[in-house]
Amino acid sequence: MTALNIGFIALVDAAPLIIAHELGFAAEEGLALSLTRAPSWSTLRDMLAVGQIEAAHMLAPVPVATALGVGGVSTRIDALSVLSVNGTMIGVSTVLAGRLRGLGYGFDFADAIGAGRALITAAAGPLRIGVPFPFSMHAELIHYWLAALGQPVTGISIHTVPPPLMAQALAAGEIDAFCVGEPWGSVAVETGVGALLLPGSAIWAFAPEKVLAVRQDWATAQPDLTARLIRAVWRAGRWLDDAGNHITAAEILARPVFLDVAAEIIERALTGRFVISDRGEERPISTACRSG
Amino acid sequence: MRRTLPPPHPVPQCSMTPALSIFVVEKDRDRALPIVDSLQAAGDHDIHVIADETGPARKIAERNPDIVLIDVTSPSRDVLEGLTQASGPMDRPVAMFVDQTDQGLTKAEIEAGVSAYVVDGLRADRLKPILDAAIARFHLFQRIRTELAATKRALEERKVIDRAKGIQMKAKRLTEAEAYALLRKAAMDQGRKVADVAGALVTAAGLLA
Repeated sequence: MTALNIGFIALVDAAPLIIAHELGFAAEEGLALSLTRAPSWSTLRDMLAVGQIEAAHMLAPVPVATALGVGGVSTRIDALSVLSVNGTMIGVSTVLAGRLRGLGYGFDFADAIGAGRALITAAAGPLRIGVPFPFSMHAELIHYWLAALGQPVTGISIHTVPPPLMAQALAAGEIDAFCVGEPWGSVAVETGVGALLLPGSAIWAFAPEKVLAVRQDWATAQPDLTARLIRAVWRAGRWLDDAGNHITAAEILARPVFLDVAAEIIERALTGRFVISDRGEERPISTACRSG
Repeated sequence: MRRTLPPPHPVPQCSMTPALSIFVVEKDRDRALPIVDSLQAAGDHDIHVIADETGPARKIAERNPDIVLIDVTSPSRDVLEGLTQASGPMDRPVAMFVDQTDQGLTKAEIEAGVSAYVVDGLRADRLKPILDAAIARFHLFQRIRTELAATKRALEERKVIDRAKGIQMKAKRLTEAEAYALLRKAAMDQGRKVADVAGALVTAAGLLA
């Protein structure tokens, strides 16, 4: 067995790494994974850069930003494989949700252009949107979405808010809307501070969300370990895509050392059945968080 | 790890070295005070503590500090990361500081559990004593944190073992020493920790009661 230290952020799309460890896909490849939950994306990136961990669950744009020399560290980071697509949620404060309803908006959870135009009308002024990190699919989706509305958009500002604090920032009135990875969008609904407006997949149907990241020099020096790690995580992803495994996966992810969020909330991103507001309205989507 | 913040408004050059403005993002007052003390010991600096975890961005933007220190375990680190990447048309340019050149110090910071965001152009000889003081202080915090966790766990285990002993003493009319010996024997036979066996006994007794 070769020991590998791996870092992750408490998100549903860390599932391939957690499942690879918990259900023995890593052990089948002779890998003993030691998983560490990182408190923030910047700390996770730094842990990888200075060699505290060998691999990390990483926002897809981070290796790109790092290669461009704008990502904070100079260490070259490689994306070995895509861990997940989609799995992000756009949500609004309860105040904004009320104004949207007042305008007769039906929360169809599908039409991105319609939702965007309704949001701009309802905001009627400055709109502060929280995203987890400057280099993230969340920020990219928001920019792409607003640019596609075909109307001038002013007064919008984008703020960095850590995912577990997104609901709190919404409740404190520091942001009006957010784009965040699950389960944190559903947590905002569950705590009564927000409503879900759109799944990220309504903006881009197959958006590469997280990647399996390693240092370039490590991948070059360890081609065999690299291949074993990719295989283990890929098998875990295949297992996760089997609908019959969603309940088991949700229960494992819910444990305090991993996400520390109720399995019933985590399950929504895996099954694609979302509760979008505190009125209990449900919306199914076919392209929820996928990792196969 | 060090990142650059947008530079403050230009100040007129003067021969005397101006005091540095240092922000410490720390919500726990008992932790913040010793950090401030050790930084003050490192030089005559203007130190300001931000206790607010979700909204440090606004205060930092208003006050333009030279250095921001933050615990690496704080999720708010990503908020500071966002500030260094500000890229709107009205934003001032940012450039990277020395972290490419000093891997050793970067590693020391991460290991100690502190990260520093530094205004562009701050001289390394002015920064070093401050970072050294912060690293030493955070190392101490980490040791205290580890000790506290170990003590808490030991206390919890003792409580469970005491309850298990009590249950046995009552049910089987054993002395305390006999009860503990029985727990230890069961633990050895099963290859488990005494605290785990005690926990199982307490749970079972609770269900049967």
